[in-house]
Amino acid sequence: MNWLKHLARRRRHFNDLSKEIKQHLAEKTDALMAEGMSRAQAELAAQREFGNVTRIEEDGREAWMWPLVENFLFDLRYAFRILRRSPGFSLIAIATMALGVGATTAIYSVVDATLLHPLPYPNPSQLVRIEANLPGVGAHDIGMSIPELRDLQNSGTFQYVSLSFFGTNVFTSSAQPMRIRSKSVSPSYFAVLGVNAQLGHTFDPHDTTPGFLPDVVISDGLWKSAFGGDPHILGKTMRLDNDLYHVAGVMPASFRDQGQTSEERGTDLWAAGGFSGPPAPPPLRAARLPFETIARLQPGLSPAAAQARVDALVATLKKQYAGDYPSQGAWTIHLVPLSETMVGNVRPTLILLFCAVGLLLLISCVNVAHLLLARASARGREIAVRQALGAARMRLIRQLLTESLLLFVLGGISGFAVLFGARKFLLRVIPESLPRLTDISISWGVLAFAVAVSVAAGTIFGLAPAWLTSRLAVAATLKQEGRGSNGSRRRSSLRQVLVIGELALSLVLMIAAGLLLRSFWDLYKVPLGFNPTQVVAIQTSLPNPNDPKTDIYRTATQEGVMLHAVQHRMRTIPGVEETAVSDLAALPLGHAQSDRRMTPMLREGEKAQGNQAPLIDALIVSPEYFHLLGMTLLRGRLFVEQDLETTPLVAVINQAAARTYWPGQNPVGARVHLLGRLGRARPDWTTIVGVITDARTESLADAGIPQMYVDIYQRPFKFLTFYLRGHVDPATISAQVHAQLQTVDAELPVFGAETLRDVLSSSLSVRRFSMEMVALFAAAALLLAGLGIYGIISFLVHERSREIAIRLALGAPRRNILRMVLRQGLGLAVAGAGVGLVGALIVARLMARLLYGVSPYDLFTFAGVTAVLTAVAIAASYAPALRAMRLDPNGTLHAE
Amino acid sequence: MSTMPSHSSKQNEQRDLFRGALEMMVLGSLQREPMHGYALAQNIKQRSNHLLQVEEGSLYPALQRLLRDGLLTAAWEISASNRKVRTYRITAAGRKHLERERSSFERMLEGITLVLAPAGSQGAL
Repeated sequence: MNWLKHLARRRRHFNDLSKEIKQHLAEKTDALMAEGMSRAQAELAAQREFGNVTRIEEDGREAWMWPLVENFLFDLRYAFRILRRSPGFSLIAIATMALGVGATTAIYSVVDATLLHPLPYPNPSQLVRIEANLPGVGAHDIGMSIPELRDLQNSGTFQYVSLSFFGTNVFTSSAQPMRIRSKSVSPSYFAVLGVNAQLGHTFDPHDTTPGFLPDVVISDGLWKSAFGGDPHILGKTMRLDNDLYHVAGVMPASFRDQGQTSEERGTDLWAAGGFSGPPAPPPLRAARLPFETIARLQPGLSPAAAQARVDALVATLKKQYAGDYPSQGAWTIHLVPLSETMVGNVRPTLILLFCAVGLLLLISCVNVAHLLLARASARGREIAVRQALGAARMRLIRQLLTESLLLFVLGGISGFAVLFGARKFLLRVIPESLPRLTDISISWGVLAFAVAVSVAAGTIFGLAPAWLTSRLAVAATLKQEGRGSNGSRRRSSLRQVLVIGELALSLVLMIAAGLLLRSFWDLYKVPLGFNPTQVVAIQTSLPNPNDPKTDIYRTATQEGVMLHAVQHRMRTIPGVEETAVSDLAALPLGHAQSDRRMTPMLREGEKAQGNQAPLIDALIVSPEYFHLLGMTLLRGRLFVEQDLETTPLVAVINQAAARTYWPGQNPVGARVHLLGRLGRARPDWTTIVGVITDARTESLADAGIPQMYVDIYQRPFKFLTFYLRGHVDPATISAQVHAQLQTVDAELPVFGAETLRDVLSSSLSVRRFSMEMVALFAAAALLLAGLGIYGIISFLVHERSREIAIRLALGAPRRNILRMVLRQGLGLAVAGAGVGLVGALIVARLMARLLYGVSPYDLFTFAGVTAVLTAVAIAASYAPALRAMRLDPNGTLHAE
Repeated sequence: MSTMPSHSSKQNEQRDLFRGALEMMVLGSLQREPMHGYALAQNIKQRSNHLLQVEEGSLYPALQRLLRDGLLTAAWEISASNRKVRTYRITAAGRKHLERERSSFERMLEGITLVLAPAGSQGAL
């Protein structure tokens, strides 16, 4: 290790070097004196012939150093000293960068977990979701039949294909009944995902049992909460909806299921089956199961190539089974990257946030660059002295760059530290519906990102100030402190450009925030068409055993007795005035909870085949549902007590459905066939008996979604939502309802008690989140821009103090001085707003999809934001303007 | 590792004819006899008939680099004029290095000479 030896010996080398240089000069001086020079002359001549002693010594030392590293360390030490010398400046710069980098890193951590790593499984790019569509009749994602699934499996395109169906089960252990989120899957499900159990095993992907397997796999969470992490859990029995299963495996703690809702991603139990025997319908080609299909592509097969193969398969099947695939349906199968189904719907929001925070970061950087330039003028003398002493320009730039890098990195690390400290709080701010929420972490990767951003920003935004600072005219600066020198003017115009840029960026952010705010407000204030006040929704699920004979709620009549009894008991709870019950999907705006599947509907006289029918959003409700939610009947009648299992099937539709399917006609009395799940139980005609007004129960943003309501006493359902209207305390209602439910059936779980107001509010959570974040960024940007304009105007006033003093001395009214300075501030604001408006127009167009009810070019927002920005600019110029106005001409002119 | 002083000004460019020239001259001089810095500077000046204007100080960075690379050794000794001076000696590696440098320098010189030769003499070669 040669360099280690160097390191140890080099202090001696350095000493030797200075000694011998001194020796050299002495010897030379002696020699020159011997030639007859005086000592003074000789010393001067010796110096001259020798050269710059300091620099030569430095060069000599460099032989023993790693110039890059050691100069950097030296620069760093020096930079620290400089920062300490002006703590106010350093603090502001570091805080500004902490804000910019901290905010950017926070959003990055979300983007990293969601967009960049959407699927926590090996080789995630091989995972696809398989979607069957009937574009010919506008039916989307219609599900897959077992023969179709087998065709896909045997096509050689996929390693594994799996069906999955998310639902809930009632788990009855010794304690009270518990509702668990469960998924029915093909045995190949975990093979598709490529994840193994931490304990025991998952399902054998090649199992061919037609019905359900006796084994289940449970999540780490359920293992710990329900079994206390029992190490001998394998083989234990679990009673689920009255069926007995054995625990075959426990998934790792880190495993999160895939799915579109946060509920589904939190699945606790997986049961597997072939779906080709009871309780599934017979495996006919036309019998599509309303399930999800996911698959893993063969290694090395690109999604495009796989799609081409599937297209070929579809063409063959359509020829082979022409009867099952009528041409008007135009059956297709589409492969969608699984990551897309996980994050596709939040991507625009996250990209918006990332861009917004990027703008904020840019503004912070510009602000700090601006501060650096301001300080450059203050340090002009120091730089000039160093240059005069022989510091090379590159060396100076390196030094200045090190200083700005240090500032930026300190800022970045502080921002990261704040973020790390506040992570628990911040995670709570993120809406629950964001996918991969639990995987968001402030990790090493995120730290690396923060440092990388700081270094990049420090280099980019430190370079220009360093360049301009090192460019001083030495003599001029030393003589007059740089005032009026070329470099100073250049710096001042660069600073003005920076401030204009800052103002423009702030304007863009503020307009984005303004548009989001208006959209949010419009949505928040939109007439709902139903009344959510004083309504608590609470869920239960009935057991759904595989053997129908063991189901005590098999028929509508059996279930109806229970529903009546439960509601009767609920009305005895103090404060409860009204009750109703529906399936899960009918919970207004309760998207997070339900996986909505549309129901195929055939109108009487329509000549379409069963699997080519148009789809409608069908909801199962009790007669009281409409009154409880304040929905208005327009025509016909609502459900009545006389509509029972034994009477003809009835349905109520909304205006949108009437408009869409019976345009220009009176739909009351029209008859339809409902197919799919609803149709299998009761295949007979359903008569439309009433039309109600449109309500935004499906989507706040869209009032025109066709909907059909059917009667729960005619079509029973297992996953139920009860509604209670009245003065009840949402905190205790769950226990009260549970107590009442127990008297009817001790095995029914109760969960998810929520006021409808809360459901409504959480349906807006992603929008609210993005709106609040962008607004926060915009406010920070405005603050920074205000500081920026204050800084530049103060600087310009200082620069021009002599001129202002002369004007005052010559008798200019002080008011004119004030006006002159304010005009300067206004000029910057106008320039910034001009540039910003152009940017904002572009940005607004890009974010049009995220807006609701407001034009991307909303005049009010644009004008209002511009006015605010101008007002802030003038306010920020006011203090320096006052200072200029109150300038003492005598003192100023004498001080010069 | 650069063999030139890292802060080359215009003046430096004029002085250093090519990379490593100064080092070569230092090694060449020390091959004759061990010397200390001052003597070395005078020696180079005299032996070049004052044709080469060497800033005396610039010897020292060169000496440090040669020392670092193990081509020289240095020791404090008492000089003829009874001064305590740091005397440099060439090492075996230094001699070898000088030999290599010299032959490559001669080849380069030859090449330059050929290029610069008058047009008529080129045909003769």
